[in-house]
Order: sequence, then structure tokens, then C-alpha cells
Amino acid sequence: MNSYILPIANAVKGGQKTAAAFVEEALSRAEAAKEYNTLISLTAERARARAKEVDVAIKKGEDVGALAGVPFIAKDNFLTFDGETTAASNILKGFKAPYQGTVIERLEAAGAICIGKANLDAFAHGSSTENSDFGPTLNPRGKDYVPGGSSGGSAASVALDIAPFALGTDTGGSIRLPASYCGVVGYKPSYGRVSRFGVVAMASSTDVVGTLTRTVEDAAVVLDIIAGRDERDATTIEPEPHSYATGASKKEPIAKRKIGVIKEFMSDHVEAETRKLIEKKLDAFRQAGHTVEEVSLPATELSLAIYYVVVPAEVSSNLARYDGVRYGFSDPAATTLSETYEGTRSNGFNDENIRRVMIGNYVLSSGYYDAYYRRAQTARTLLVEEFKKAYETYDVLVGPSAPGTAFRFGEKSDPLTMYLTDVMTVSASLAGLPAVSVPAGDVQGMPAGLQIIGAYGNDQAVLELARETERTA
Amino acid sequence: MADISIDDVKKVARLSGLQLSDAELKKYKAQFAEILGYIDRLEAVDTKDIEPTYQVTGLHNVMRDDEIIDYGVTQAELLQNAPDTDGGQIKVKRVL
Repeated sequence: MNSYILPIANAVKGGQKTAAAFVEEALSRAEAAKEYNTLISLTAERARARAKEVDVAIKKGEDVGALAGVPFIAKDNFLTFDGETTAASNILKGFKAPYQGTVIERLEAAGAICIGKANLDAFAHGSSTENSDFGPTLNPRGKDYVPGGSSGGSAASVALDIAPFALGTDTGGSIRLPASYCGVVGYKPSYGRVSRFGVVAMASSTDVVGTLTRTVEDAAVVLDIIAGRDERDATTIEPEPHSYATGASKKEPIAKRKIGVIKEFMSDHVEAETRKLIEKKLDAFRQAGHTVEEVSLPATELSLAIYYVVVPAEVSSNLARYDGVRYGFSDPAATTLSETYEGTRSNGFNDENIRRVMIGNYVLSSGYYDAYYRRAQTARTLLVEEFKKAYETYDVLVGPSAPGTAFRFGEKSDPLTMYLTDVMTVSASLAGLPAVSVPAGDVQGMPAGLQIIGAYGNDQAVLELARETERTA
Repeated sequence: MADISIDDVKKVARLSGLQLSDAELKKYKAQFAEILGYIDRLEAVDTKDIEPTYQVTGLHNVMRDDEIIDYGVTQAELLQNAPDTDGGQIKVKRVL
């Protein structure tokens, strides 16, 4: 099947089954999968009320939108009316959003219904969900394994089939990595393609909203709804002049493409079995008539170092707002305003939040700014230019989504070792490129992902080749 | 470049609005040395005559009309998340 979303919308629109029934089923699946800790909260009350609205509108013959009655899950860093919005941080426990994110509003306008808020590493700082202040999410394919992060709750929810799609955010791989570890499709659109208004900010120059789905077509179906300019997010870009969903059966072959395999992504530090799975996918591309060539992008070897300067710098700025004054946790023991700030932040943030805020303030501080921050942003230019040049020859670039399959809980307790998990995903983030992780097969029962990266703004090319991996599977 | 002292960590903690124990300062010092040690590979990059990239969209000064937009959110709704309020205003602890 190439879509799990459209059959639901069609059944609701055709009157074969009510939105209320779909919502109840999703809520009971969420309940049944509780041991995996994929959700921080359910938004059952609003979900039931909205389902009723959709069903009433259908009976009246009104147009309820392309996603009528389709249940979905939002990562808990999306502001939603029902339930709390915590970003999985103690500092936001109890926070009731006074407005909703643009993406949530657009999905609701299309008839989709949010049923719950997914777990994540607090403030999206992490690659495993082990940094969640609400406990880690378990990998549906093996409970001893992490689901990846930071959108681990979103990926695991979709892998468990609680809902046909979940929203995630990707700053350095937070959609693609958990998609790879859980065996689902994780799509990170071009930077600026989707509004971030009403999403808890992490690193504003690379934060992107995207999707976790079971098929590529479903990623396209959702992208059609959420993409586009938003007056409330000045970084949104002009839309591409076509829709992403094809509706077509996946049997139709696509035009012959030129595919570049990033040499640096296929080196020895990628597990041999994962590399073999990627090679198999590349063979399938060749057999389908596409050109597959190796291309060297040396600057990608600097990406992680650039990322861990630029992103903490932006994190330190974005997390400055959590001061215990306007919302969220406030240190009850404080007697002065500065004690409120320090007591709130020291007790409300977890270790990883504190590390990133402090590294960020360090690389931005006087005396270190040129050596770290400016130098990293300059190296970023080299990376952007290398990608641009590669896209003069190739339609898309590919490689693994991660150096291997999911690791076990506690296996990467050293912060730098954990950071290295993102080594394949941060490049596309720094350059703002659209990228997807699609399932590439299993290594001893645990899934690996193939990553497809497109030129800036060319989301279409990425989704098209991603569909091809399903057709040739 | 990766030589980082306890005083450096203390200073950064203060800049970050954080109050850390001696044990925490020591832990972060060791972790920062490792992380900054990794980042030091950027030193080898020839960055002469290259402009930094701060954003990738190429958008500049996106303007909109300077008008009041009704977001449909009331003052009371916004204040309900505040830890302490008084007469429709947010209340904070004394400054000194």
C-alpha cells in the first residue's frame, strides 16, 4: 500500500466509517502501546470534540478537507490547545499553550485530528530520547534499544501504527535518525519550506518541521498541507509550483536520474552490515536504469564540528527565555530575581540542556567568538558550496542515515560519543537541504535507513527517488 | 584551544544564568574539554576570504504591514502560565 492516510480520509468522506471511530481506535492503540512510552500526553478531549465536528460536517455534505478524520501525533514541542506542551522538559511541565502552531492549524483545517503529544529528548537535545525528562521511549523493534532521537516518540508511534503520521522536528537529524532506527520514513523538508511558528525553538538556523510516516506518499500528502509561506514565520520560502503527492500507484517508473553516493558516508566508520544494505539499494537504482556514481564531499567531515558550535550557540540564545518569570517552572526557594533565574534554570534544565547552553555561551563569548563561532560559520560556507557544486552534476545525493542501527540504552553515556551518532545527518541540516530516511532493510532484526539528500528547495526530487526505493523494494 | 579551566566554566555558568556545584563544574569541565577538542579540527580549515553562512534561504528583511493582528488570545489566557501575578501583571521577586 502506498498510503495509510488517504484510505482513512476516503472512508470518512464517503461515510463508510466515522472520524469518531478512527479517533477511538487510535486512542486505544495508544493505550495498548503504553509500555513503549511514545507519548507524553493524550489530547483525547479535543480529539473527540473535533471528530464529532468532522462527522457532523460530513453529514451536512460540507467539504471537510483532504485529511478528514485522520488521526495524527505531534511531537511535544508543537504548541497545541489540548494537553500540555512540555518539549519533554521539567522546565515546561504544566505549560498550557495559549495558541497553536501554524502546522497544527493547517492540519486541523484539513480535517486531521491530533490525538497525542510524542516524547522527545528535552528541547530536542539528543539522539536517543534518553534525555527526555519523562523517561525514554522504547524501540518498537527491540525494547532494549533506543528509538533514536530526538523525535523518537513520533517515530516509534508511527512504527507501532498508533497513527498513520506524526509530526517531528529535525535540527541535525532528529527526524531522519529515529526514522532509520524504527524502520519508518522520516522526511525533513528544505529549511523554510514549512512554518515553525508555534514550535519550541532549538537552533533557528537549522530547525525544520517534518514528518514520520510509513510510506513516502504519506510524507508527500502531509507536506502538501503543511508547506508554504507563513506571515508569522519570516523564514518561510516560496512554495514549489506543484503538489508533492502523486496519488499514482508506485509501479510507475520515474525518469532516469543521476545519483551521487557520498564517499565520506560510506567509509569504514559505518557498520559493514549497514553498508551492505545501502549497496543493495544502490544496485536496485542501477537496475532501474539510474546512474549511480561515487562523489567526494570532503567538507562533510567537518559538519559535526561545525554543528556542535553553531547549534549550541543558537540553543543558548533560544533557551535564554526560560527564566521562571513568564511561564513554566519557577524555583520556589528563590528570594531575589537573580535567584529565580539561576534556581529555575539550574533545576529545570537537564544535563544535556545545560551542556548545550554553556558550550553555546562559551563559543559566543568574547575572545572565543572568532576562533569558534565565526570559524564554524565560515566552514559552513565551504560545505554549502560543495553541495551546490555536486548538484550541478547529480539530481540527488545518497548515503546511510546513520553509522549503524539502533544502539542499546546507556551504551552512549559519553556526550561526544552520542553526538557522533548525528555524523550523517547534520550536513543536510547545516546546508538547509531537503532529506529523507527510508527503510533499507534490517541488520539482525533492527532497521537501517537510506538517506536521500536533495538540492536546496528541490523537495520534489528527494520524494521522487524515495518513492523509487519502495517501487524497487 | 581546548584548554578550559574551572574558572572558564564558572564564568560561562554565570553568563548562562546557572548556579552549579563544584562537582558539576568539574564534570562539565572534563566534558567540555572533550567536546571542544573535537571541534578544534576546524582550526585546520583555510577560511581566508570566505564569508560566513548565517542562514540558507537568501531572504532579506521580510516585511509586513505594521498593523495590529488579533491572535484571539486574551491577557488572562497569557497570564495563566505565569508563576505569580498581581492585578493583571507578572510579579517577580525583589531585584536586590
